Amino acid sequence: MCLVIERDLVEDVLAHAMRTGAEFAELYGEDKRSTSLALDDGRVEQVTSGRDRGVGIRVIRGATTGYAHTADLTAAGLRAAAEAAASAAGHADGGRHVVALTPAARHVVNTVVTAPDEVPTSRKVELLRRVDHAARSAGAEIVQVAAGYGDSRKQVLVANSDGVFVDDDQVRVLMRISAIASGDAGMQTGFQSMGHTVGWEAFDRVDVEALAREAAEQAIRKLRARPAPSGALPVVIKHGTGGVLFHEACGHGLEADHVAKGASVYAGKVGELVASPLVTLVDDGTLAGEWGTLGIDDEGHPTQRNVLIQDGVLTGYMWDHVRARAEGRPLTGNGRRQSYMHLPMVRMTNTFVLDGPDDPDDIVAATDHGVYIAKLGGGSVNTANGDFVFGMTEAYLIEGGRITEPLRDGNLIGNGPQVLRDIDMLGNDFAMGNPGTCGKDGQGVPVGDGQPTLRVASMTVGGTAS
Amino acid sequence: MSELLTIADRVVAQARPGEQVEAFVSRGGETEVRVYQGEVEHVVSAQSEGIGIRVIRDGRTGFAYAGALTDDAVADVLAAARENVGFGEPDEWAGLAEPDGVPVTEQVLWSDELAAVAADDKIDLAMQLERLTAACDPRVRVDEANYADAYGEAAVVTTTGIRQHGRENGCYVSVSTLADDGDETQSGFGFSVGRHTGELDLERAAREAAERATRLLGATKPTSRRLTVVLDPFVTAQFLGIISSTLNGESVVKGRSIFRDRLGEAVAAPTFTLVDDPTDARAYTATDVDGDGLAARRNVLVDGGVLQRFVHSSYSARRAGTASTGNALRGGFRGTPGVGCHALQLQPGTRSQAELVAGVDDGVLIQSVSGIHSGVNPISGDFSTGAAGLLISGGELGGPVREFTIASTLQRMLLDVVEVGGDVEWLPMRAAGVSLVIRDVTMSGS
Repeated sequence: MCLVIERDLVEDVLAHAMRTGAEFAELYGEDKRSTSLALDDGRVEQVTSGRDRGVGIRVIRGATTGYAHTADLTAAGLRAAAEAAASAAGHADGGRHVVALTPAARHVVNTVVTAPDEVPTSRKVELLRRVDHAARSAGAEIVQVAAGYGDSRKQVLVANSDGVFVDDDQVRVLMRISAIASGDAGMQTGFQSMGHTVGWEAFDRVDVEALAREAAEQAIRKLRARPAPSGALPVVIKHGTGGVLFHEACGHGLEADHVAKGASVYAGKVGELVASPLVTLVDDGTLAGEWGTLGIDDEGHPTQRNVLIQDGVLTGYMWDHVRARAEGRPLTGNGRRQSYMHLPMVRMTNTFVLDGPDDPDDIVAATDHGVYIAKLGGGSVNTANGDFVFGMTEAYLIEGGRITEPLRDGNLIGNGPQVLRDIDMLGNDFAMGNPGTCGKDGQGVPVGDGQPTLRVASMTVGGTAS
Repeated sequence: MSELLTIADRVVAQARPGEQVEAFVSRGGETEVRVYQGEVEHVVSAQSEGIGIRVIRDGRTGFAYAGALTDDAVADVLAAARENVGFGEPDEWAGLAEPDGVPVTEQVLWSDELAAVAADDKIDLAMQLERLTAACDPRVRVDEANYADAYGEAAVVTTTGIRQHGRENGCYVSVSTLADDGDETQSGFGFSVGRHTGELDLERAAREAAERATRLLGATKPTSRRLTVVLDPFVTAQFLGIISSTLNGESVVKGRSIFRDRLGEAVAAPTFTLVDDPTDARAYTATDVDGDGLAARRNVLVDGGVLQRFVHSSYSARRAGTASTGNALRGGFRGTPGVGCHALQLQPGTRSQAELVAGVDDGVLIQSVSGIHSGVNPISGDFSTGAAGLLISGGELGGPVREFTIASTLQRMLLDVVEVGGDVEWLPMRAAGVSLVIRDVTMSGS
């Protein structure tokens, strides 16, 4: 691998970091190479290649964490960063420390067949041209198409004073397609994306031209959209598109940092019924190829499958090193960071709801008047009171148990604990959703989500039609 | 001479015949202190540097970057950018900016005083803020209290004659609060920004954070109806951020702006005058040069409701057949410049927020919005966000409300502006805040 830091040197740097009386020191190293191509307005405007390489050092003393990072990977550079982190964590008489690292076997969760950096750039250009052509061929209404291709390879090394010494090789490929259609009532947008933690073979498995057509057709269908309703209505969410609902309605509230500070409506609720008994919610960083999948989290702990809600009952929270250590809990593989320049914290990986008993068609048929959401946008949550929003970017009215007219974009708002209880139908058609980026405290990390088709008995739809 | 300029000069000197080359070199750092319950939770001390190189040849653009400034890294980046040129498709408008003779308005963007602040003093500021906030109200807990500062230095040099260098620094404090009443918890925030620590107003940040959380206690879900909204300055600034994306010259030339055919027409109420002025030193995002290396300048975008101009970088201007307005925006060395507003401000009115509220019969004062990026579509114009605030009835502030949305379209909201307040607030955003009254907005609740 490109990121080679000898074990002896890592041991020396960690021991150096602990000289001021720290209880814990950690080194996180990263070497990331990325390529991105941007197509817009009918041409590949730019090809970008980038490299970020560096080390972050974390030192914990008492309740205080010190963090520093450097792109200078020489022994002197690493020692200087260790001193900066130790100094940030505060001083005490610590004496001498010895750190002995035990190399662990790599935790392999993904298989890469063709490394994207070995694929000629011309093939990536050609892929984007096909996407552009497919989207524009969907109809004369399509007036603009933008598409982005990206791949990255991040080689990671994590070592800490508890003896952890592990590495990981994280490969990603991503495609994003947006189309604009124009009609008598103005412009409308369509968007599709795919992202996987595998190699170039992802594009053999997914038909990107079909994805492009779908983005274009979504924009065209929305040209005849009418204003969304305003007020509380039953909402049916299509499978593989509504995972963000759970990410916002309860995922963030189950992160141990929010819980520890009493800033979550789910604090102190383990063992209680917090959702409809239909709901079993899982966070799993080991799902092969998914966007939130990692071999190890960014604290060097292997990812795992964590059941957060079982049949409606809250079974546990997600933890990182700091919170787990403070409360004597086992780690769950949820300590993540955006890059070596960032402090890790509790984050989700792939968060999803397991299948329920209902036929998805029956869910729509059982709804007399409501909204069917075929594609969701992003969302956000206030973990303290549980209020959350998410956007709908493709939605339809349900009238008399049938999906009818398309609706214009808008937000929905609900209260997490209430919405979880109000899930009254859950389909048997589970699917993972699109690649997402979860933002928290200024850091973005890749996450996945998924769910079967489901119905919430009542949510507030933020449109303008009475 | 700046070491960064030297590195950039050296890259540009390697340009081959027929090549345009731009080197952007930057270095920066930040300190972030978070305290919780009287103890330091973390101190992050971060330094980074890097280079981004753009090469244009025969209308094709290649770009590469690296987070390092060693000779080897710089040589690798130039080679990678050159290689990438071969894959871009020809664009007749591709090209770097050329000096346009507009003089740079010098700004005071650097404080030696801030650069000299000791680490312990930074921790003290965060500790003080936590104590001040907790003392505001017995129902208030502090979720986190932060101090942060950052500095940056950058150089941009091109083969077309651009050669600029600058540095800036700044700091802020922020605090998140939780207010409890029985089983109910509401949250709030407060902050203060400055060029140096002496400009930070800790008391005000503490007071606002406590008030935002406590005044929502007991909030109910309102009934759906159409009413008038009074946007708090912080919310108006977010609204202006969305409006600015519709005035972006690149969106205009690529057909993505709802206002692309409306220059010279009335797109807003006569009381609405919107200016982008990075030369106003009061703006947090004031700057002397743009991402292309041209002078940043004052541009009137909407005057008395009439659309006057779009903002352009050198690239979008060339495509539009006009001149750059000095609005190239660069996010750092990892990318090429885009187009955007630097420092928006609405021409303020004369009345206070209380006076504006007094003139509203049935309305809601919007304290915060959520989902502004998920429920607003600047291409179709649809606007819908989650919100929390206080009802207004007969000119008086009433009970708190939450878990509702406000919705309209961007086109209608601009025309439905009733009044701009006189209470300008300079925020750590690309737009200044001011209270804004908009009529006929749909509130969706129960």
